[in-house]
Amino acid sequence: MTLPLFFFYLFAIIAVGSAFMVISAKNPVHAVLFLILTFFNASGLFMLAGAEFLALILIVVYVGAVAVLFLFVVMMLDVDFASLRQGFLQHAPIGVVVGIIFLLELLMVAGSFVVSPEVTSAAVLPMDGVDNIRAIGQVLYTRYVFLFQSAAAVLLVAMIGAIVLTLRHKSNVKRQDPIKQVGRRPSETLEVVKVKSGQGL
Amino acid sequence: MGIGIELGHYLTVGAILFTLGVFGIFINRKNIVVILMSVELILLSVNLNFVAFSAQLNDLQGQIFALLILTVAASESAIGLAILVIFYRNRGSIAVEDVNMMKG
Repeated sequence: MTLPLFFFYLFAIIAVGSAFMVISAKNPVHAVLFLILTFFNASGLFMLAGAEFLALILIVVYVGAVAVLFLFVVMMLDVDFASLRQGFLQHAPIGVVVGIIFLLELLMVAGSFVVSPEVTSAAVLPMDGVDNIRAIGQVLYTRYVFLFQSAAAVLLVAMIGAIVLTLRHKSNVKRQDPIKQVGRRPSETLEVVKVKSGQGL
Repeated sequence: MGIGIELGHYLTVGAILFTLGVFGIFINRKNIVVILMSVELILLSVNLNFVAFSAQLNDLQGQIFALLILTVAASESAIGLAILVIFYRNRGSIAVEDVNMMKG
């Protein structure tokens, strides 16, 4: 067994095992931590396939942003997760049957087809002699600039959407209203009252 | 791809991860946080397939596509968790079966 193959099996086994723990862990915090482990090992698999940029992006984006977001939400919501597990095994038998059929079908597809040798020479963006990050950079800002921009637009919409959804105005909290402050006039706010001497108001 | 690693190895790992994701949605029907994590697993397995084919066919397009899937997955989980937070504020629970308030 060669060294890359050994590492492939190592990463693959840990990734699959921790993915199983994600869906079966009792505590959702543990599930998020196992999700992070899955992403790290998938990143190792990407690295073995020669996709270094995607491997590092996977760690930065998923572990750094998405998994931490999950962890934050799980810890912020004070939910009784034990009650959500009632009926946990109720649908498990049919799920196992569907899952096994599905897996067998996928494996049959994955094991039975062969790649025609002409396909390799027909690559749209062949990667010859250029390292991965340089090759991606050369096409991402030229050939795929519109896809790149639309990805940025998707992220922008997601960011604005998340902010708009979770923003709330409490009615009992007084806030500054600059427009109202600037628009104040003396005639609306000041009142001169003549007070006769010896009498109060 | 490294010496000794075939395309089929990657496709097998991708298929197992995909099945685990679908199975996770099945058995965690009440817990929407785990459902979102299962969706992340499914998208990860799709990315694994793209990268494996990209390496096998010596074509960079697969990696570009995987990058875009990564973007969509990140924004999907952000929006999903935001909806989860406001749902929790309104209902005080995140049970999926309570999500029928808008039923006509």
